[in-house]
Amino acid sequence: MNVTRRRFLKICATGLGSSSVVALGFPVTKAQAEVRAFKLARSSETRNTCPYCSVSCGLIMHSLGDRAKNAESSIFHIEGDPDHPVNRGTLCPKGAGLVDFIHSPNRLKYPEYRAAGSDRWQRISWDEAFARVARWMKDDRDRNFLAKNAAGATVNRWLTTGFLAASASSNEAGYLTHKVIRNLGVLAFDNQARV
Amino acid sequence: MTNHWVDIKNANVIIVMGGNAAEAHPCGFKWVTEAKAHNQATLVVIDPRFTRSASVADLYAPVRTGTDIAFLGGVINYLLSKDRIQHEYVKSYTNASFLVAEGFTFEDGLFSGYDAGGRKYDRSTWAYQMGPDGYALVDETLQHPRCVFQLMKQHFSRYTPEAVSNICGTPRETFLKVCEIIATTSVPDRTLTFLYALGWTQHSTGSQIIRTAAMVQLLLGNIGMAGGGVNALRGHSNIQGLTDLGLLSDLLPGYLTLPREQETDFKAYLDKRSIKPLRPGQMSYWQNYPKFHVSLMKSWYGAAATKENNFCFDWLPKLDKVYDILQVFELMAQGQLNGYFCQGFNPLAAVPNKAKLVKALSKLKYLVVIDPLATETSCFWENHGEYHDVDSAKISTEVLRLPSTCFAEENGSLTNSGRWLQWHYQGARPPGEAKADTEIMAGIFLKIRELYRKEGGPFPDAIANLTWNYQIPAAPSPEELAMEYNGKALEDLTDPKDPTKVILKKGQQLDGFGQLKDDGSTACGCWIYSGAWTEKGNLMARRDNSDPSGLGNTLNWGFAWPANRRVLYNRASCDTTGKPWDPKRKLVYWDGAKWAGADVPDLKPDAAPADGMGPFIMQAEGVGRLFALDKMAEGPFPEHYEPFETPIDTNPLHPKVISNPAARVFRGDADEFGKGQQYPYAATTYRLTEHFHYWTKHTRLSSIMQPEQFVEIGEELAREKGIRGGDKVRVWSHRGSIKAVAVVTKRIRPLKVNGKTVHHVGIPIHWGFKGVARKGYLANVLTPFVGDANTQTPEFKSFLVNLEKA
Ligand code: SF4
Ligand code: SF4
Repeated sequence: MNVTRRRFLKICATGLGSSSVVALGFPVTKAQAEVRAFKLARSSETRNTCPYCSVSCGLIMHSLGDRAKNAESSIFHIEGDPDHPVNRGTLCPKGAGLVDFIHSPNRLKYPEYRAAGSDRWQRISWDEAFARVARWMKDDRDRNFLAKNAAGATVNRWLTTGFLAASASSNEAGYLTHKVIRNLGVLAFDNQARV
Repeated sequence: MTNHWVDIKNANVIIVMGGNAAEAHPCGFKWVTEAKAHNQATLVVIDPRFTRSASVADLYAPVRTGTDIAFLGGVINYLLSKDRIQHEYVKSYTNASFLVAEGFTFEDGLFSGYDAGGRKYDRSTWAYQMGPDGYALVDETLQHPRCVFQLMKQHFSRYTPEAVSNICGTPRETFLKVCEIIATTSVPDRTLTFLYALGWTQHSTGSQIIRTAAMVQLLLGNIGMAGGGVNALRGHSNIQGLTDLGLLSDLLPGYLTLPREQETDFKAYLDKRSIKPLRPGQMSYWQNYPKFHVSLMKSWYGAAATKENNFCFDWLPKLDKVYDILQVFELMAQGQLNGYFCQGFNPLAAVPNKAKLVKALSKLKYLVVIDPLATETSCFWENHGEYHDVDSAKISTEVLRLPSTCFAEENGSLTNSGRWLQWHYQGARPPGEAKADTEIMAGIFLKIRELYRKEGGPFPDAIANLTWNYQIPAAPSPEELAMEYNGKALEDLTDPKDPTKVILKKGQQLDGFGQLKDDGSTACGCWIYSGAWTEKGNLMARRDNSDPSGLGNTLNWGFAWPANRRVLYNRASCDTTGKPWDPKRKLVYWDGAKWAGADVPDLKPDAAPADGMGPFIMQAEGVGRLFALDKMAEGPFPEHYEPFETPIDTNPLHPKVISNPAARVFRGDADEFGKGQQYPYAATTYRLTEHFHYWTKHTRLSSIMQPEQFVEIGEELAREKGIRGGDKVRVWSHRGSIKAVAVVTKRIRPLKVNGKTVHHVGIPIHWGFKGVARKGYLANVLTPFVGDANTQTPEFKSFLVNLEKA
């Protein structure tokens, strides 16, 4: 019989339950309803990659909820992907705690604004946030954009705003970030490659 | 990495230096264990601390921080003077035989062309002698006094075992043992791999340290071989990807370069980068630069980029200098920046000299932080007592904090250290209203575009015409973006050999960068990633882990750039006739008509060995460079310079030139360097296996395992200072002071350097004033504001401190 890993877990969950219950002398049919299946057996699995170091270990993330549109799924367990050729199922102490990163109490949930001189955050909407950022940028760019340098050469650069990009974000996010930022004329542009 | 994680298992000798893979890259280190267990490999660890990597090594060599060039220079001297090199490889695959220009000299620590006022070199003499045919002159006997081989011998002859031991503090006998182990791999059927990380990059001489290792590998014939190479174990999961995609001041995607402001002519810009071969019959692959560049412009500007307008060449911003992170914080501290964005980057912790950073951020008008977590940078205006003592009322910077998703909440690809692009999938919804980075960038861009449409403003062309054909403009999908950087045909593409045959129809995804054109008929956002999403679909998502050759090159797992090649320069794994140096490492071979094998050949597939095309196809010479020409800021050969803060206050090789003469030092920062008399201890920062930078102090498990800030000192220093393990100590540099628990250890031993005893102080970096771990000091309170002369990577690994019982 060709048993996949997931199916194996499911067989164990019921198989182990019934045999040990029989050993205890309970009537099987009644007791079976009491046996709790392994939590992993009814979870959804998603393949991902550890976002920490560049070993980029393959992950299996286990979530409850079947990822249907209106069902909230929450990841409750992360383990190494045994099929991954580099980590072959293992994770280091950092990767083993990944589920706590997803659920860290310090995850940000809403856009927030801090006014000049203030000592607190103030929650705002995304519309307000985007409008404010765009206004700041445009005002600064309009005032300081340099179309030509002293020698009269076209330079089309904007030096008074800078951007640091994230080396844990995906290639797709990185590509789009580069496309947007460079085309505003930004040269003060960097990422963690140096640090 | 020239090679990749699994390939480490093929090595016979593994050198871990400038890194500590067992703790910082634990699941990659398993391949070291594999090599030891199944390939009888020898592991050598060279580090100031007896790390966990060292604890499983066959040989541990202590070394003073910041002296790696002296150590490796000594290795080169050993290999050359004892004639332990791979002769055929050195002769055919390196520039050992090339003749160097007569004006090139090296005297008293300086190469020819130094300008002391500008702290930089005129590099015009760092060149080859050229023949009348336009090719470089060579002497294949390697005897000519001006050939690279002879000059190199002479340059490194000063790095005797005694000189090495005097500078590095490594016992002479231990150093010689390391040399002998390394030299065993000069035969064709043994290989050595170097594994390094930030312990090499974070020095004012970082790039040259890595170059010295590459030179060792060229001399031994270990580049291009399975189990060989120079392997950077990169820090972040996608730092390789972001570098490849060119998110740096002076780059464009795929290592294309932005024009300098003097480069006003499009054709001249392309010609300068379309490097012509320096020897007959060489590929010099950068000759294709115009194809890569024009295809990028078509990808960004679509129909607006035409031959007539030079494919919008004028639209690109032109550089007057490079705005690296140190330069930018210097300008910010001077009040010359108004706005700053931090996307998943916590510079208040990650850039040196925290006091300067706080001052700089306080001068901004606006700061926008895009992050999944509440970072210190976003809260730089909050008062956290002794850990971060600022007056919020006096900081007028407006701050916006935008919540982004984390890895688990998005689809996309990351590029690992071995250049593999691997696709991942969303497993949950983000918390609250958090959005993906792609949506946030789109949201900002669409708003700005709208403002320019309504109000006008300076040079709106690049903004107005930027291609934005995404199904949902406010949320470009990762799939659409991946297809965009792979590239597509904008016209029907025909077979160059048979113009009647259409190989790709208009609109189809490209198979790879070989199909790119410089006439505007192809679009491609990042040429080296071309091949990742073709008409066959998303190759980054492939999950076939079979490995038919047994060498670990799982060609159908994910996609490796370039062209799905797993080991770079693999042509060099064969001799000049195309036969593998070692039949057990048959990466590629010449089958009589073409190159074949277990990897994608790194050469023109039909280039017959007899035609002499060299294996280093990106270089104009086709060979590896032992002499770097004008490519490095501080010289064509590596030279030992002391860290800017050195405990011996001199350079034993040339006391008048102590530290890197070509490193950029800003005026105020020079005054902030400390001297050995006041700050006698050599400090170095590092990471712990339980933590990842400044993130995991926000996660419960890591914070339970390593809850509290500490510093490590050796038993001898502890005894001298009356410090016992568990005591609180104060550690200070010329820039600031921190308090932490002392861990007193046998792992750090005093070293004898230039007649003096040097103690190291180890400073793990993982604490700060935000998180679920106990509050601590950001370690960069202590670190100096100076970087490598080429990359400007800060010198976090070597500086000076003093300490006392708190
Ligand atoms: S403690 Fe860690 S290494 Fe040891 S058996 Fe458990 S999971 Fe494995
Ligand atoms: S689990 Fe550990 S070794 Fe693997 S990628 Fe994550 S941090 Fe690196």
